[in-house]
Amino acid sequence: MSRLKLNDLDPSFKERIAKQPGGERIRACIACKACTAACPIQPIDERYDPRKIIRMALLGMKKDVLESDFIWLCSSCYGCSEVCPQNVRFTEVMFAIKNLAVAEACVPPGLTAQRTLLREHGRLYEITEFENEKRDKLGLPRIVEHPEDYDRLLAAQQEELT
Amino acid sequence: MKALLFLGCTVPVRNLNYEVAARRTAERLGIEFVEEERFGCCGFPVKSLRARDTLVLAARNLALADQRGLEICVLCNACMGTLSEAAHLLDHNPEVKEQVNQQLALVGLRYEGPVRVRHYMRFLWEEIGVERLRAAVSRPLAGVNLAPHYGCHYLKPSELTVGFDSPDVPRTLAELILATGAEAVDYPSLKECCGGGVLGVSEATANEMARRKLEDVAQTNAHALVLVCPFCNVMYEGQQKKIAKAAGIDLQVPVVYYPQILGLAFGLSSDVLGFKLNRVKPKSLLRIVEG
Repeated sequence: MSRLKLNDLDPSFKERIAKQPGGERIRACIACKACTAACPIQPIDERYDPRKIIRMALLGMKKDVLESDFIWLCSSCYGCSEVCPQNVRFTEVMFAIKNLAVAEACVPPGLTAQRTLLREHGRLYEITEFENEKRDKLGLPRIVEHPEDYDRLLAAQQEELT
Repeated sequence: MKALLFLGCTVPVRNLNYEVAARRTAERLGIEFVEEERFGCCGFPVKSLRARDTLVLAARNLALADQRGLEICVLCNACMGTLSEAAHLLDHNPEVKEQVNQQLALVGLRYEGPVRVRHYMRFLWEEIGVERLRAAVSRPLAGVNLAPHYGCHYLKPSELTVGFDSPDVPRTLAELILATGAEAVDYPSLKECCGGGVLGVSEATANEMARRKLEDVAQTNAHALVLVCPFCNVMYEGQQKKIAKAAGIDLQVPVVYYPQILGLAFGLSSDVLGFKLNRVKPKSLLRIVEG
């Protein structure tokens, strides 16, 4: 890694993470590395290292964290949360970090597509006559899509965002 | 015993074998699954975008159950984690509950709570219990060896599963397997994550995670890997061919859902339990059970 320049660091970054739901405990980290040891991703893809991500966030390396591709590699297995002696709840911290990245417009395209599907169908997979006929054959009750609430709730949340 | 059956997005479209087996086994046990037509997605898919959206969507489903005065029974680990985490948060945090209720007012709903959320396995474990399950078995699965896979959100975060099972030494699924007369097989990567959470971002990483478990299970005497989550199924069954091809290995690990196994032990036929929809056919398992 190249040398850090103090002027490039954003000391308020950790505060912003801590203000997100789930990010509250990030400053309690003592860098013991139990999270990294428990992480199933880290041995496979070393770009993703929980302890390192926390250190980068606490140092204020906002751009390096939010614009990275590694923050999307968390499998949200909660292995890190279970072993943390400081109850940092790193899985939730990762969601807080990803939420901040989204607010700064670094969104992987697949994720917004899922949001659109929820607004249009209230579910990830559209229910057509084809699906219901398959269900009929097995004696399963038909499914009726009810996307109205999803559209209204997500639209309202959108307004609040902008 | 009554509960609203929460199907989520994936099970009622892609895992009809799981759903049909869950319904048929519940009938046998006198569990009444009540339909709530307005249930939709639990909210989990948008959590990376904005965790608050997930909370509001989960609360909407909880509010529907609240109106009906019934608890929720879930088939998917991700739905279970999302709904129970939301219920936990709302029930312990009046301020958040009020803010969420202001949002829900937009769609004419309100969550008072508490609403209980349990996985179908937990429901079996706590409401029926292993002893009564064993007594209900009419065709013990003697000679069948099964490798359990719990999945992450079945066990973690442990604050949501207190009193049920332990993420360090999980045992409920193995015990539920034993109740059918089958053997539960232990293997080194028992507690590993399926990798499904990163499939959309890095398929190679996800496949590598799933490969380890599939290879472990292939080396045991298990006739099948037993799942309780449709996301894990995407990895172990849906990706299995691709994983084998990429690694240049021969993998034929049948993947089944626990209620399918329980249904066989109740004497239900593999047709009724949707085994035709299992993609890696558990031929030797069915040969032992059905001849």
